[in-house]
Amino acid sequence: MIGIDWFLALSALLFCIGVIGVLIRKNAIVIFMCVELMLNAVNLSLISFSSHYGNVDGQILVFFSLAIAAAEAVVGLAIIIAIFRNNLSVDISKINLLRW
Amino acid sequence: MITYFFIFLAVLAVASALMMVISKNTVNSALFLVLNMISLAGLFLLLQAQFLAIIQVLVYAGAIMVLFLFVIMLLNVDEETSLFSKLRLKYFVAFLLGVGVFAQILFSIGSFSDTLPTVSSEMATAGTVEAIGDVLFSKYILPFHIIAMLLTAAMNGAIMIAQHKVRTEGNK
Repeated sequence: MIGIDWFLALSALLFCIGVIGVLIRKNAIVIFMCVELMLNAVNLSLISFSSHYGNVDGQILVFFSLAIAAAEAVVGLAIIIAIFRNNLSVDISKINLLRW
Repeated sequence: MITYFFIFLAVLAVASALMMVISKNTVNSALFLVLNMISLAGLFLLLQAQFLAIIQVLVYAGAIMVLFLFVIMLLNVDEETSLFSKLRLKYFVAFLLGVGVFAQILFSIGSFSDTLPTVSSEMATAGTVEAIGDVLFSKYILPFHIIAMLLTAAMNGAIMIAQHKVRTEGNK
């Protein structure tokens, strides 16, 4: 059986790939998908902790984070569509609505 | 056997995540994310979380990714041509930051790895629908209801944002 540290290391690696993706991509939709990747990585570490401590609470937390991810995807994609209708672009380097 | 399965799934997950970040076509990115989620569902099965593995495939790879693909197709965005062309410094800094975060997490995992537990034997049935529903509807009933409210609010918000008229000069 594989130890918990391998699962945690894999989760850390996926999380960091998500961080790098958020930092280097310009397409707003791809940035959203990278956020989903980070959420998934955290879910993996929660489940591995839950499984190794023999406690279901971590899996319940994953359930809630899934629901939060669904809500975030819905609202975020609606915002992206609204921005696209005003700007005709989802390139975040061209979106400066909140620039002071 | 389980070790080989873990290695296969881990390599698949990392490779699909990397391909998702570096592929230029947005649709390809979304499909690689689906592959990544399915391999993560396999890892959940290895950890005896059967319910969450099924939910991962049904909700994430099924519903949410269909939503993403729908938006990609609706907006019809072309591929980023300027992904790796200019601003090399920005990518270098991003890569450096990512490696830094990874090193920090690995350091904290490594310093605690002696105190981490081994697999407990009573966990074999803990990931079933029955076990999760038992806890979800007794101990976590209030957060469950709050999640329901939150999803309703998110749906209403999405409808309000999407129905908002495009503001032009004549129509205010």
